Amino acid sequence: MDTGLLIEKSILVVLLFLISLGIAAYSTYFERKLAAWIQDRVGPDRAGPFGILQPIADGTKMFLKEDFIPKNADKWLFIIGPGIAMFTALITSAIIPWGTDLELFGRKIPLQVTDFNIGILYLFAVLSISVYGIMIGGWASNNKYSLYGAIRASSQMISYELAMGISAITIILMSGSLSLSEIVEKQHGMNWNIFYQPVCFLVFFICSLAETNRAPFDLPECENELIGGYHTEYSSMKLGLYLFAEYIAMFISSAVMAILFFGGYNFPGMDAFSGNTLAILSVLAFFTKTFIMIFVFMWIRWTIPRFRFDQLMHLGWKALIPIALINMLVTAIVIAFKEGWFN
Amino acid sequence: MKSLTNRKKVVSDKPMTFTEKLYLWAIAKGMMTTFKHMLRKRKTIKYPEEIRVFAPVYRGMHVLKRDEEGRENCTACGLCAVACPAEAITMVANERNKGEEHLYREEKYAETYEINMLRCIFCGLCEEACPKEAVFLTDRIVPTEFERNDFIYGKDKLVEPLDQRIDITKRQHTGKRTKI
Repeated sequence: MDTGLLIEKSILVVLLFLISLGIAAYSTYFERKLAAWIQDRVGPDRAGPFGILQPIADGTKMFLKEDFIPKNADKWLFIIGPGIAMFTALITSAIIPWGTDLELFGRKIPLQVTDFNIGILYLFAVLSISVYGIMIGGWASNNKYSLYGAIRASSQMISYELAMGISAITIILMSGSLSLSEIVEKQHGMNWNIFYQPVCFLVFFICSLAETNRAPFDLPECENELIGGYHTEYSSMKLGLYLFAEYIAMFISSAVMAILFFGGYNFPGMDAFSGNTLAILSVLAFFTKTFIMIFVFMWIRWTIPRFRFDQLMHLGWKALIPIALINMLVTAIVIAFKEGWFN
Repeated sequence: MKSLTNRKKVVSDKPMTFTEKLYLWAIAKGMMTTFKHMLRKRKTIKYPEEIRVFAPVYRGMHVLKRDEEGRENCTACGLCAVACPAEAITMVANERNKGEEHLYREEKYAETYEINMLRCIFCGLCEEACPKEAVFLTDRIVPTEFERNDFIYGKDKLVEPLDQRIDITKRQHTGKRTKI
């Protein structure tokens, strides 16, 4: 095995880990700020200038809290739950193409940990596992509110994964590949999928909201009915891991949406650059798109009230899945027509 | 009936049209509303750094004034306590002894004078009732305490110190009378 490859991949992995954690930490800060602005308040501004050190203060607080495990809880599952949630949230970043190839020390370094040829399948597999983190945590707490939260989370995530998968299939049809890097390359320049598949994007976006348990689909953790849902019994950094996992999941699904619909690292006029300049600009473009998506996630959270659970299921099964299916069929027929299958 | 504000809306329960059922337009409208709020100027006053400007007629913590020679004006007549609607003021009167003329202006003075700041409603009736121009409300804020008893202010906190006279002219036109 090539040592250079090993070093370059490990550096990339560590960097991604740190970036994910940093973005998740600052998402909490930004979320609180945004909530405050929308509600005509100032938000956290005491820790450091503009409250910039607030996430560090929050993290320290989490670590200093008493780590409590309820008496009748299943101890091992109780500990594993947040671990799975965090683990699954972090490993999705492996397949995301962050930019074009970087050239350093005479090596061509792709800014992607691994270029799976079935990247999307991996993504959906990991998303399905992430339900287990919530499910196990809710079950092990031995608390009815936690269990309700867990049941809601699993039924919601399973039903929304269908529509999400179908809209992803539409995109796969468009690009003819399951590999995320190829999907991005197909959208070179301004040739983004959103212009061809707006309905598909809408379905995918709504499903992403549901998958990451964000408002208006935050039924698994609604504070006023379930006192926090599946993490009611959690304290200290175990709770912190759950909350962090949610923000990392939001970051990753924003990145996935940027890849599938907004051209990933492509930006208009990218042919004018080449080499490392292009690599850096493409990474910047990618992060800009991701941050805009995160902003929209938060913006929606502080605008729309929560769904009732039956409305949620109605929307998932009776609206989104049929729309996604019809959209997929129409796309398939158009593509088949273009390829000349009907001649 | 005609509405005065012209904002009256008649509620109807007719079934929603297809576009209404999609909710997308309503959601977009809601998001525009929240976006407008995001760009608005905040009205928050960040207290320790920024202090709100008080109205000139603000009624805050009381002061027991001394005259120009530094003698206490209060004669413990008790009119302020009678006027007080919250029963916040109590006092004990005493007679001025020989050799205390530099401390008290008249031959009767308040030995103790207490205002319970938790009872006080800062209505200002005590200063209106005072015939000797002794008690006034100032623009100072009553600080917070941890114990209830600490809010009962005695003469040690109420009488103005000789070296730092308290300016009450911001909201008072009186307090400058020399002869009584």
